[in-house]
Amino acid sequence: MFYTEAGQFSTRYAADRRVFRLRQDRFALALLLVFAAGVVPLIGNDYWFNAILIPFLVLSLAGLGLNLLTGYAGQLSLGSAAFMAAGAFAAYNFQLRIEGLPLLISFGLGGLVAALLSVVFGLPSLRIKGFYLIVSTLAAQFLIPWVLVKYGWFSNHNASGVISAPPLQVIGADLSTPVGRYLLTLGVVVALTWLAKNIVRSELGRNWMAVRDMDTAAAVIGISLPKAKLLAFALSGFYLGIAGSLWAFAYLGTVEPHGFDLSRSFQVLFIIIIGGLGSLLGNFLGAAFIVLFPLFLSNLVGLLPPGLIDAGQLENVQKMIFGALIIAFLIREPEGLARIWQKFRARARRWPLRY
Amino acid sequence: MTSSQSSTLLSLDRVSLSFKGVKAVSNISFAVARGEICALIGPNGAGKSSLLNVINGVYRAQEGSVSFDGEIRRHMRPQHAAERGIARTFQNIALFKGMTVLDNVLTGRNLKRRSTWIEQALRIGRANHEDDVQRERAEKVIEFLRIQPWRDTLVGKLPYGLQKRVELARALAAEPKLLLLDEPMAGMNASEKTEMSGFIVDINREYGTTVVLIEHDIGVVMGLSDHVVVLDYGRKIADGAPEEVRRNPEVIAAYLGTRH
Repeated sequence: MFYTEAGQFSTRYAADRRVFRLRQDRFALALLLVFAAGVVPLIGNDYWFNAILIPFLVLSLAGLGLNLLTGYAGQLSLGSAAFMAAGAFAAYNFQLRIEGLPLLISFGLGGLVAALLSVVFGLPSLRIKGFYLIVSTLAAQFLIPWVLVKYGWFSNHNASGVISAPPLQVIGADLSTPVGRYLLTLGVVVALTWLAKNIVRSELGRNWMAVRDMDTAAAVIGISLPKAKLLAFALSGFYLGIAGSLWAFAYLGTVEPHGFDLSRSFQVLFIIIIGGLGSLLGNFLGAAFIVLFPLFLSNLVGLLPPGLIDAGQLENVQKMIFGALIIAFLIREPEGLARIWQKFRARARRWPLRY
Repeated sequence: MTSSQSSTLLSLDRVSLSFKGVKAVSNISFAVARGEICALIGPNGAGKSSLLNVINGVYRAQEGSVSFDGEIRRHMRPQHAAERGIARTFQNIALFKGMTVLDNVLTGRNLKRRSTWIEQALRIGRANHEDDVQRERAEKVIEFLRIQPWRDTLVGKLPYGLQKRVELARALAAEPKLLLLDEPMAGMNASEKTEMSGFIVDINREYGTTVVLIEHDIGVVMGLSDHVVVLDYGRKIADGAPEEVRRNPEVIAAYLGTRH
């Protein structure tokens, strides 16, 4: 009733092409952005920024990076964390070695380095498909962190390979407070999400989905498979690299290569599977699930009578419940949280009528 | 007419193709004139689909050459064939199932774009205007094949007959000189076949597109095509106007069998 498209006609192709064709959607998005950028910094506390909002946003961005490659272009990868590490360490070195380089530029350059590496490890995708391709990206996952530990130059010869965040300044404003780091992350994530939305709706996005759905037919209608695949690896690497920089500098502050291990790659993969492959919104839903659900579970366990579960086993019990829930959930809705949201919207359009 | 504008659009010269020693196609030559509808017929396993795959570069012929629009070549990549103006549909529908009908048709026009992906991602330069033009052309094709009601439907959810039509729309959207149709009417009932034949004839007349198609229904083939090529066991056994071919004893033998 309130969420209806009645009376909203697209009279030009440009109007039909808008990301949100319905007035209500545009209004809701604007409201959400104003709330996230204007109201949350006023009402949030440090715990919320540090433990929930910043990791949620960074993981959403990482999921987005992997989703471009896996969800849209159909190329499997288990190297997400490696490209995050590459982006973080590259951005750190650009900051360290180039005097006065603006923070955002070094993030971008870090992203480009990760993109380049991603293309290199994506080269086998021109020959192999599916699960075999995982091996190549798995090689990146082991090689890149190893190189970062092995050669001290990357961490400026820190004894334990740890890098620390440079001063977080953007155009003179100091963003090293929790609120500042939240706003920095939010700004980068919103801008890159807008860019990703444009890309997946453009010719390139269509070419990626064509390669994903039926690569022979894609080649036959003139799509260059190598170009589509390598651009997917490049853009995915770019997004993951920037997510890595944010993870290292806006979230943790200090990070070592082991912070970007295989389990981080799996975490990013779970985000896109739970959220929904081939959906941008899904990354945010999946990341929210991954970040919030363990917190929710540990609070729930806290309500149980003390002594019921041994404190040492608590974490394992949590993991088991979490794993079981993921399985149950994927059986119910293999297309992820984004699909549930889609169904809900379709229903809201008709409400209160049933058909 | 100049020599490059000769009346022959496509000609195959002694093409042979084998898979690990098994001959799929042997020593086949035939020519397709500009603007005609040419049917490739023959029993299952005669090499018809293999021949289409050779024409648009999915397979590489071991011997012989293919000449298309004045250019002779032995090997061709599918992408190059598309750039030269060859579009096709597949026997087992090869649509992009996770995309809408409109997106599938737009994908068929991917070679008609000039703006780079960066322009499109940032929505600067030629991107917006070009999007309008592409959409308009795609809508013309959608209208031509009467699939407007399903424009925003995911093709995976459409019934078989419509999927066949969407696949034809995607091929047609590329504005090809040569359209290769691999069993466009397979699995259809009589009225669907009539409808599809109508579309093929309309495409041929209105756009002047040359069509090479594979079809099993002899009635449809005879009514539709200007020229019929008959294959059996990878060899060409007849080539000519439908009426001639129908009377050819070898063709009758291949289709109905003979008393040995």
